[in-house]
Amino acid sequence: MQLIAEKLCARRGGRILFAGLSFAMGAGEALLVTGPNGAGKTTLLRTLAGFLPPEAGQIRVEGGAEEASIGEQCHYVGHANAVKPGLTVAENAVFWGGFLGGELGGGPGRLDTALATFSLEALRDIPAGYLSAGQRRRAGLMRLLLARRPIWLLDEPTASLDQAGQEVLAGVVNAHLAAGGLVVAATHMALGFDRARELRLGSAVAAA
Amino acid sequence: MKTFMNPFWHLVRRDLRLAWKEGGTIGIALGFYLVVVTMLPLSLGPDLNLLSRIAPGLLWVALLLATLLSLGRLFETDFEDGSLEAMAIGPLPLEAVAAAKSLAHWLTTGIPLTILAPVLGLLVNLPLEAYGVLLATMLAGTPAVSFIGAIGAALTLRARRSGVLIALLMLPLFVPTLLFGIEAIGAALTGSGAFLPAFLILVAISLASVVLAPVAAALALRFQLQ
Repeated sequence: MQLIAEKLCARRGGRILFAGLSFAMGAGEALLVTGPNGAGKTTLLRTLAGFLPPEAGQIRVEGGAEEASIGEQCHYVGHANAVKPGLTVAENAVFWGGFLGGELGGGPGRLDTALATFSLEALRDIPAGYLSAGQRRRAGLMRLLLARRPIWLLDEPTASLDQAGQEVLAGVVNAHLAAGGLVVAATHMALGFDRARELRLGSAVAAA
Repeated sequence: MKTFMNPFWHLVRRDLRLAWKEGGTIGIALGFYLVVVTMLPLSLGPDLNLLSRIAPGLLWVALLLATLLSLGRLFETDFEDGSLEAMAIGPLPLEAVAAAKSLAHWLTTGIPLTILAPVLGLLVNLPLEAYGVLLATMLAGTPAVSFIGAIGAALTLRARRSGVLIALLMLPLFVPTLLFGIEAIGAALTGSGAFLPAFLILVAISLASVVLAPVAAALALRFQLQ
């Protein structure tokens, strides 16, 4: 499948962040969105997910599910983790697996794999409110494995992750890419993704 | 249909579990209801006839205020921790997300308040014949309060002190529910035969808001997520 953006333009608070932004990415490719603070990295991801209507231009997915919107084919992991402090790590995971239409009903295998991948087995029955920021981030990232989505939109995915956590994330993303998935990640640092291209925002603004 | 209902019930179950575990919202609503209904007789004096006459109205208005108090947090925590974003691009339309959360709110606030109402009726000398009708009208009317209130909760999502703002915005929309609820109780007490029409209109208001309010709430949520 392909994710194509044509002549995208985004405006926040009356200011044009980027204009005439075009890219096309195919299966198994990662796009690293870089640029200084305020360059529009988050805005680009939120536009791709469909939260923000683009000011101009269009976004298409070719070769994906016919009827699904782009958002329904995406995982969006933003600055917040979407983890409820009142629920345990496992309860959070079961909810997202069930809600997003994962196959948790088929057995606990998927949940156990996700917990093991992010080294959270020992914490599965601990309320998420007691976790550290990095552990909570891992619990949030588990969503990526609990339901299958071809496109992953990751906003600063390594925020508050330790070295080991960053390597785990890189492994998960590379496995997703190898299986033909697409990843768009906004970042300030090297993430260790295979087949990653860089899209630098901030320099293109002058063209507007 | 199955793929559609599954996420819906997952969300309802999660909200019920959160309400049970965190408990704060229900506790505050019940406490507020108790305090308001206890204070009013104290300020009105020990005139039992007067109290009996105004008891149904008093219980209804206090119930509305107590429900409004708890509506402010309906979407707020999900918005703050990013859950709402993840739900918005999930398989469930945002309209159904709003409906699921309104339903969970009714189950965790509307029902407990309705159950508490007859107990508080003792404090305000509610006539004995009125207990059954009071329960019936509250059961029929509280869904409208939760579902219409969700519109206000969605509109005021990013505002500070949204609870008060919701009250200002939404109270006019609760007037029909209140009027027909009181009307039905009054008719049943005087035996005028107008109970059934008023009660059926109350049910109709609830059913209409269960269907229509989530659409409006989802529209407001989409703007808030931009």
